[in-house]
Amino acid sequence: MTNLLVSRRVALLGGAGLLAAPAIVRAQGAPAAPAGGQQVIDINRARTDPIPIALPDFAGSSPAAQQLGQNITRVITNNLKNSGLFRPVDRAAYIQSPDAAAATPRFQDWRVIGAQALVTGRAEPQGDRSRIEFRLWEVNSEQQLQGTAYTANAANWRQIAHVISDVIYERMLGEKGYFDTRIVYIAESGPRDRRTRRLAIMDQDGENNRFLTDGNAQALSPRFHPNARQIAFMSYANNQPRVFLFNLDSGRQEVLGNFQGMTLSPRFSPDGRSVVLSSTRGGDANIFVVDLASRRERQLTSGGGLDVSPCYSPDGTQIVFNSDRGGDQQLYVMDANGGGARRISFGNGRYATPVWSPRGDLIAFTRMSGGRFAIGVMRPDGSGERILSEGWQMESPSFAPNGRVLTFYRESQARDSRGSGYSSRLSMIDIAGFNERQVITPTDASDPNWSPLLSS
Amino acid sequence: MMNTKLLGALAAAALLSACASEDTSGAATGAGTTTAPVSSIRPGSQEDLVANVGDRVFFGFDSYNVSPDQRPVLERQAAWMSQHPEVQVTVEGHADERGTREYNLALGNRRANSARDVLVSQGVAGGRISTVSYGKDRPAALGSNEEAWAQNRRAVTVVR
Repeated sequence: MTNLLVSRRVALLGGAGLLAAPAIVRAQGAPAAPAGGQQVIDINRARTDPIPIALPDFAGSSPAAQQLGQNITRVITNNLKNSGLFRPVDRAAYIQSPDAAAATPRFQDWRVIGAQALVTGRAEPQGDRSRIEFRLWEVNSEQQLQGTAYTANAANWRQIAHVISDVIYERMLGEKGYFDTRIVYIAESGPRDRRTRRLAIMDQDGENNRFLTDGNAQALSPRFHPNARQIAFMSYANNQPRVFLFNLDSGRQEVLGNFQGMTLSPRFSPDGRSVVLSSTRGGDANIFVVDLASRRERQLTSGGGLDVSPCYSPDGTQIVFNSDRGGDQQLYVMDANGGGARRISFGNGRYATPVWSPRGDLIAFTRMSGGRFAIGVMRPDGSGERILSEGWQMESPSFAPNGRVLTFYRESQARDSRGSGYSSRLSMIDIAGFNERQVITPTDASDPNWSPLLSS
Repeated sequence: MMNTKLLGALAAAALLSACASEDTSGAATGAGTTTAPVSSIRPGSQEDLVANVGDRVFFGFDSYNVSPDQRPVLERQAAWMSQHPEVQVTVEGHADERGTREYNLALGNRRANSARDVLVSQGVAGGRISTVSYGKDRPAALGSNEEAWAQNRRAVTVVR
């Protein structure tokens, strides 16, 4: 299982290499310059007015090629639609056939059905490899914005579809996408008092789900290393709750270090060289940082309260964390060396699970107030608080690598004393607070964490 | 039409009998625990602790202090442990569902440590007591209401 994952990733890197290689096809002499000026769509406008885009099936010269083309087009369409920033044009309205469009788009036919952008492509299986070529057109100007051919291991067709989705997103919106990513999370099954909690991983669109641990030891709080090949998480192996590292290449796990008490809520530093976590000594919980090479630990807080859920700023200079040192759970920011802690949350209620946006501009959090839970964002100085979603229970936000979307988990209230009606499911929402949708997982799910872009 | 009605009646009957048998077995278990002869419980066992001492204390919302009304349970546990010097225990700390997971792990740990501190203050050697926290992840009561939450904010002493 894990080996499959590894070979995918290795093959993926090959694909990524080809992405950068001069396999770029330029038709009609249109420059493949970065989308600038009028081609960049204001994201705030796209939110209320998603970009109409036509995505005819990629053409193919054999039934197998056509099937591959259809599959790829379906994945791209699904990605763009789920972002909430694109609106795929109804296929029933298409005038020009996909095959003809792949050869030469007749722009009038796409303009008249309201498409602002058109994606055409061609898929060719070549033994155990596939060659996928795609072009992104701006319909009004009849210009090709991008034309790229990818060759990769045939098993990696989904990843190619995600890479193409990211290219379309970036060319149309002027900022990086987040489709070629994975989500690691906790798969939950069984009754709530005897729950099995396993480490699981899937593509951001819910496909390629795999369970990484067998469930004998409860797993919690998984977090990606910046290279996306290692996961820090908490495991109850030997009934000793401690932070472990899971290597996605080897499938092996190891304990991070031999702390006296429980270690929890791990998070890698942006340079990937250390893990910041919370460790208990007696009743207290304090923030420590563990250097991965030497495994030496350094204590950062000693406030005498419960300090948990630390997370670095993307430049690595600061850490936001959760503490009850002032009486109840609030958010604090301190320097990465542990000095100068200051409270940043001052709204109504208790605050928890802070996580810094990869862009650096926002901190997402869980807020509990008036018997309701909410997911929100604020600036790192605590100003500009906005609630994105509210409900019975929800927590643990994690940013997509472009800082544009959050994933978190939402729980429903038990209806009776047997716990009927309880569930725990993953959600995604745009940081503007719209387009919340559930992520389909095979079992109940919690603690999602979003990977960086895999082939960037 | 006939068949459908018949089926409906059968299904209803099956449901009722299922309910009835559930109730009966529940009552039987309860009666068995309270009226069983003391000799059937091995002294120094978890069953002994549960039946004759009390294995758990409860906490207020977001609180980790052992309240005066809960303290006698721990004092009895300490006395019981001095009667059974071979016994080693793990104190498991728990929280209700109305908090975030990571904070509740730390809160459960603090509750387990509060209970442990009382046991130690009553003369139990610290080496006989370990602690572990399950936060909100192993509720005793499965409902989503005040009554269930009060049962879940607990420290449970478990014989190792």
